[in-house]
Amino acid sequence: MICGLLEPAEGDIRWQRKNIRSLSEDYFSQLTYLGHRNGVKDELTAIENLRCASGLSGIELSHEAAMSALRELGLEGRELLPARSLSEGQRRRLALARLKVSQTALWVLDEILTSLDRAATSLIQTILATHITNGGIALVATHQELDLSAGSSQRIQLSL
Amino acid sequence: MSVPSTWSMFRWIVWRDLMLAWRRRADVLSTLFFFMIVVSLFPLSTSPDPQLLKSIAPGVVWVAALLASMLSLGRLFANDYADGTLEQILLTPQPLYLIVAGKVLAQWIVSEVPLVLVAPVLGVQFGLSQNTLLVLGLSLVLGTPVLSLIGSIGAALTLGLRSSNVLVALLVLPLYIPVLIFGALAVDASIAGTSPQSHLSLLGAVLILAVVFAPWATSAALKISIE
Repeated sequence: MICGLLEPAEGDIRWQRKNIRSLSEDYFSQLTYLGHRNGVKDELTAIENLRCASGLSGIELSHEAAMSALRELGLEGRELLPARSLSEGQRRRLALARLKVSQTALWVLDEILTSLDRAATSLIQTILATHITNGGIALVATHQELDLSAGSSQRIQLSL
Repeated sequence: MSVPSTWSMFRWIVWRDLMLAWRRRADVLSTLFFFMIVVSLFPLSTSPDPQLLKSIAPGVVWVAALLASMLSLGRLFANDYADGTLEQILLTPQPLYLIVAGKVLAQWIVSEVPLVLVAPVLGVQFGLSQNTLLVLGLSLVLGTPVLSLIGSIGAALTLGLRSSNVLVALLVLPLYIPVLIFGALAVDASIAGTSPQSHLSLLGAVLILAVVFAPWATSAALKISIE
């Protein structure tokens, strides 16, 4: 809904005082979304996936920049493997590499910690902290504990 | 932040779809072989009378092209929908119709261009003259992009539904009829020795209409399907 894919039943969602349904493309250029499906193409290699996803969101990523982003997420040596042969956690890391290279202000992250180990979780926390210190906004929905000391964070507990 | 260039994104989407198709060549080849086999069945199953073959040739080749293009439609959005890349694509900061146009272009190159190239060879089975083979190729060049464009609307509308393949066929085949008629008539005219120009012009007009309107319709349908 926040991404503008669904229409709210009532009321509207505003970004910089404008309804996101009328902003559409301007709003999307500020937004990075990661859902529970990774958005990773099995047939493409890790680096192709990253460069293509980034290119489609308007950022031309050089080969070296993509390589270093993948390396930072612990995918060193797997850059040229097709995503099909990566494990679930590695595919997740590949999807998260998009955050590393994104230049958008608003991140909407849904269940980002699933199938990640502790090292990767702490890596995500660092990435999020850097994003927030740089003045970005991150909206994170998660079942796991996420420790965010940097900047201002607001925790909303939804209990069912 | 750099200004996203629409052209570079268009290139990315076309590159991506061509690359995906290259990695899954079997899918592409199966469409082509389907087309070749369906067309070849007719000369085998009807009488070898050259006059009869000549008169059924335009219809047979065109109907086979329609059916073959149905085969690849299911893949146009369904794979992207399944692995979540479609959501990502919908959230990219440029007009959706350009993305759709890019995807359709890639789909046309991958599944229809081979048909166009192979059709004149198949036409020889029906004893068509050289001139007629040329017209056949030309009518397919003008007509097949329309099939891809109209098909993309159907593929977008039936996205995520069960038995969507059958539904796509029911939705889209009736819309293919104008293309079928003008395409087959152009070849017919050439066989009869008259000028196929008027039919080809009409096909061209249909193509222009489809290029202008189909990507918009498809984007709207995609937005509805993803909700």
